[in-house]
Amino acid sequence: MTSVTLRPGGPLLSGAVYGCLLNVQEELDRLGDAINQAPYHGAPSGPVLYVKTANTQIAAGQPVPIPSDVEQVRVGAALGVVIKDTLTRAGVEQARSAIAGYTLVNDVTVPHDSLFRQPLKQKCRDGFCPIGPGLVDAADLPDPATLTVRAFVNGECRHQWCLDQLVRPVATLLADISDFTSLYPGDLIIVGVSPDAPLAGAGDTVAVEIDGLGRLENRLVSEGEDAR
Amino acid sequence: MKRARIAFEGRVQQAWEDNGRVRLSDGRRLEETEVVWLPPVMPGTILALGLNYADHAAEIASQAPEEPMVFLKGANTLVGHRAFTPRPDDATNMHYECELAIVIGKLARNVARADAYDYIAGYTVANDYAVRNYLEGIYRPNFRIKSRDNCTPIGPWLVDAADIADPMNLRLTTRVNGEITQEGSTREMIFDVPFLIEYFSAFMTLQPGDLILTGTPKGTVNVMPGDEVITEIEGLGALHNTIISRKP
Repeated sequence: MTSVTLRPGGPLLSGAVYGCLLNVQEELDRLGDAINQAPYHGAPSGPVLYVKTANTQIAAGQPVPIPSDVEQVRVGAALGVVIKDTLTRAGVEQARSAIAGYTLVNDVTVPHDSLFRQPLKQKCRDGFCPIGPGLVDAADLPDPATLTVRAFVNGECRHQWCLDQLVRPVATLLADISDFTSLYPGDLIIVGVSPDAPLAGAGDTVAVEIDGLGRLENRLVSEGEDAR
Repeated sequence: MKRARIAFEGRVQQAWEDNGRVRLSDGRRLEETEVVWLPPVMPGTILALGLNYADHAAEIASQAPEEPMVFLKGANTLVGHRAFTPRPDDATNMHYECELAIVIGKLARNVARADAYDYIAGYTVANDYAVRNYLEGIYRPNFRIKSRDNCTPIGPWLVDAADIADPMNLRLTTRVNGEITQEGSTREMIFDVPFLIEYFSAFMTLQPGDLILTGTPKGTVNVMPGDEVITEIEGLGALHNTIISRKP
């Protein structure tokens, strides 16, 4: 395994961090026919992205501040894909060869039901996107669909899911995104988050694991107590 | 002072406005058509407001929001002055949106309205194109409608905040092939600039260079390949853009 340490905003991770909604089959199953009702009016025709803004991105081991208006957050254990070559309206094979490597992401999210508007207050709080600890070379993980993602709260595995549950497998997802939004070297794509992501609150230690990618562990602290 | 980022003689460089011309750091003055214009800032985060003018909210058949309607965009969508924006072949309604863009000047967290202007580096013009018939109901408006490649022209200049006495009283004008199609004033915003700085900084840290696109007034009309669209804001400049067809 070839792995180098990742630092948000550093040379390997200099671009955007995008997440993808509705890319885990269980998300669609839960919604059921609601996706055809108001206000959604039908399944989206392409990948639905959200942004984990620069203020959210922190490294492994850094504390996640939990704001005073937030009781609990979801531990959004996920696979992160880092891009090394620009993708614009790319095919699946081109997308696959543009992957620099993989890392772990915790897409920390305030629980919310409505998917109608973009969830800034739920997903873009300071420190809500731990990333790391390292970037594992794409050549070392030829088939990410075989991997299992595990979410831990205080050392206990609370949820796990397999990446064969992705609606769009990794390379297909990148290719489909690049139909309307180019991906650039240093961008990171969170390929999907399970709707069963466990809850945690200030005082808890949370972690994400995928075999071969190590462990991404962070402590949740009340905002103001994190001594940033 | 008005600053630009341009490409000229094989490198990216800073330039300044000088009596209608573009002045380089070595003092040479060029016509604006002699340089390649780049987005005047390279933002980390691009926040954008929907429905922030009551007349535009009514125009697209929505109620005016009680809380800012916010969406995010990626850097892929930015292009500079005099650039080209592709119109997808299956678009039935692609329209421009002339918007005042705020550029953040320093780290901003929990900023009170009264102090908001201290956190602004300057202003520029943004044209926040939308392919209206791509609008869907999940994370609306999603990236497919609002963060398309090359669909947010921005510039020409980053204008110092100190040069704009009252950003809440600027005339916005859009011309398509020379004809005025959109007119408004920033004083008609529902959520004004100081409110927005307070609102965002209450839940996220804004960083230097971050952009806030503040929404557009009434008068958004469909544009077609070949159309020249000029979005202009009083005191900030006129941002030129040309629509091209998206190749298959």
